[in-house]
Amino acid sequence: MRKLSRTILAALLAAPLMSGIASAYELVMPTLDYRTGPYAPNGIPFANGYGDYLNMLNERDGGINGARISLVPCETGYNTKKGVECYEKLKGEGQSGALVFQPLSTGITYQLIPKASVDEIPIFSMGYGRTSAANGKIFPWVFNFPATYWSQATVFVQYIAEKEGGMDNLKGKKIALVYHNSAYGKEPIRTLEKAAEKYGFEFMAMPVDHPGQEQKATWLQIRREKPDWVMMWGWGVMNQVAIKEAASIRYPMDRFIGVWWSGSENDVLPAGAAADGYLSGAFHQPGDNFGAHDDIKKYVYDKGMGLGDRDRIGEVLYNRGLVAAMWTSEAIRKAMEIHGTNEIRGVHVRDGFEALEVDEARLKELGLEGFTIPVSITCENHEGPGQVALQQWDAKAKKWSLVSGFYEPLRDITAPLIAEDSAQFAAENNVTERSCN
Amino acid sequence: MIYRETGQFKANYQDDQALFPIAQDRYVILVILLITFGLVPALLNEYWLNAILLPFLIYSLAALGLNILTGYCGQLSLGTGAFMAVGAFSVYKLMVAFPGIGFIPMVVLSGVITAAVGTIFGLPSLRIKGFYLAVATLAAQFFLIWLFNKVGWFFNYSATGMINAPPMTIFGAIVTGPKADPIAKYYLVAAFVAVFALAAKNIARGRIGRNWMAIRDMDIAAELIGVRPLIAKLSAFAVSSFYVGMAGALYFAVWLGSAEPTEAFDINQSFLVLFMIIIGGLGSVLGSFLGAAFLVIMPIMLKNLMVDGFGTTSALAEHIQIIVVGVLIIGFLIVEPHGLARLWRIAKEKMRLWPFPY
Repeated sequence: MRKLSRTILAALLAAPLMSGIASAYELVMPTLDYRTGPYAPNGIPFANGYGDYLNMLNERDGGINGARISLVPCETGYNTKKGVECYEKLKGEGQSGALVFQPLSTGITYQLIPKASVDEIPIFSMGYGRTSAANGKIFPWVFNFPATYWSQATVFVQYIAEKEGGMDNLKGKKIALVYHNSAYGKEPIRTLEKAAEKYGFEFMAMPVDHPGQEQKATWLQIRREKPDWVMMWGWGVMNQVAIKEAASIRYPMDRFIGVWWSGSENDVLPAGAAADGYLSGAFHQPGDNFGAHDDIKKYVYDKGMGLGDRDRIGEVLYNRGLVAAMWTSEAIRKAMEIHGTNEIRGVHVRDGFEALEVDEARLKELGLEGFTIPVSITCENHEGPGQVALQQWDAKAKKWSLVSGFYEPLRDITAPLIAEDSAQFAAENNVTERSCN
Repeated sequence: MIYRETGQFKANYQDDQALFPIAQDRYVILVILLITFGLVPALLNEYWLNAILLPFLIYSLAALGLNILTGYCGQLSLGTGAFMAVGAFSVYKLMVAFPGIGFIPMVVLSGVITAAVGTIFGLPSLRIKGFYLAVATLAAQFFLIWLFNKVGWFFNYSATGMINAPPMTIFGAIVTGPKADPIAKYYLVAAFVAVFALAAKNIARGRIGRNWMAIRDMDIAAELIGVRPLIAKLSAFAVSSFYVGMAGALYFAVWLGSAEPTEAFDINQSFLVLFMIIIGGLGSVLGSFLGAAFLVIMPIMLKNLMVDGFGTTSALAEHIQIIVVGVLIIGFLIVEPHGLARLWRIAKEKMRLWPFPY
């Protein structure tokens, strides 16, 4: 007994102080995932996709350029405080230190943006987090490609205009936004207000408090006000509840558009057939009919190393995790190429991100032809292409499919907002704009 | 054993009413202070300081504040999270608007602002008691958070409603913002906690503290012997909110660095601090620290033990941690409903009598 308690005590004291003892140089990739709490239904498939792709690289290619990836998960429960604890714990992990952080929560991203800049670790908040981080001159350490919330909001406005028969027909229309009452959900409000001003539609913002299980009042209001279109910025259990509520007031699903975090199988399945026709943003294809998926099944699941269920490979959020892992590993590969060594650290990976170039040809080599849009990142522009497509749910076939092409965002609306918000951050935090020449 | 007061004679009232009347207690406190300010920053790394000790100390301060109100004065409050938010938003507005007044006065000032807000929300306590008062403070929780989320002035009209702490220095060391020195942050927070813990102990044993305890034990009897409920209750609300407000200011500015009202200061925050004082011990300064340690440090240690020590997956570790902490809470409440501080008191009694217990 005494021996056991001594071992436990030793482990307790030594654990956080211990550093890697591995002999070969390993690439430490921390993942802040959440497999617990009210956001777990969405956190799990993302974490599985992210981890499976990197494990597949380890098994198939022996890592990236021969350097093995060491995947270090830390559970956050979508809780900002736990996320900060995880960050502090993992930032110095192993020989390489954390190479890149994927916070997967707007709250945690906001926490880490200033910290990571000081610790020289890049943050890849793929399609979430602080929108104005698209300005690489002010945020050299943050990357939010392939598109931001603000770009996405303007794409939805364009889609609506197309269905209404042109931008001029937006005048007098009512568009409601049902949003998670947090930094994340509030992101698109300012953009939509500007768009409302410009195109003359009426904009209504309706907050839903964390975690979003109670939305009766919101949907009662929608029933009364009868908006022509409803957009949603939701996450976790809030999505399913909203879709069920919308179904119960018989709101037409093909006029209900969710952000790309509100458009996965978990969100629509609970509403059953009533969810048919529901729309959401997307920047990659759903489904598991790509070469990379076959490799994951062959090299990871056949060896019993898969993180999730085999039949859930190819779900929307699984693919989201996969595409995040793909871009991250490509950035690391680029960093190795630029610096001519496998022994890279966070500061090098940042250079890799800034020179990232994943075009159609490269996607084909990776077994992901047509899976997502080509991305090329520059020093000024950390948002990349900014293009967004829409996908629609077919309840009978239980499948998502893209129903539109990729729209260009309305940069005349987003660009001044990004400039304004990043300037405010720079002023508050004494950041000087860097030159990109 | 060593913990025995035999031979310590008190020849005057001053000695008898000292903060720590027993010599051993004084030595223990001195040793703890020495370790806190001398050894800890030298021995521990950044992870320990930033991610474990900082939240522990800040939550201890908040628990101290709530303990003054609930433990000493018997007024149940569920508004701790909101009062922390008042402190956080006050310090944010002060940092942005008057960066010249220095960080320490700012924290104290935001405590004063919170005290004023707390006193206002304490007014219902003059009429209602117990669970009904808890509901009134619950209203404070929801109203204040709604206010900070809704009115743009509080967060300087930022796009997302987030507030970010700009860098501040004390004696040349940066204590807030991303470039802050972990050791400086630790010293600052530890100094705040040490000073105000001693102050709390001092207040509690004096006239004001006795008034509070009289109100707690039986308010009608207290009124009959001349304690004025208005003064006693409102002063408890003011002092308690002062502590909680300072804790909120440090929580936002020094520990987190940025915060949004709905997540950082939600109702769970209020419950967490309430559980700290219930588990630690109501009406005890030591209890506030023990409760904070139990609910802040122990879950992290358990997680690290399981993930790094036994190699479980992080999700499984989280689930086990929830179960273990829950079981321990129930266990402690069955074995010792008066909290961890009571266990220490019993141990102290036993040590005094050892080896001849009766």
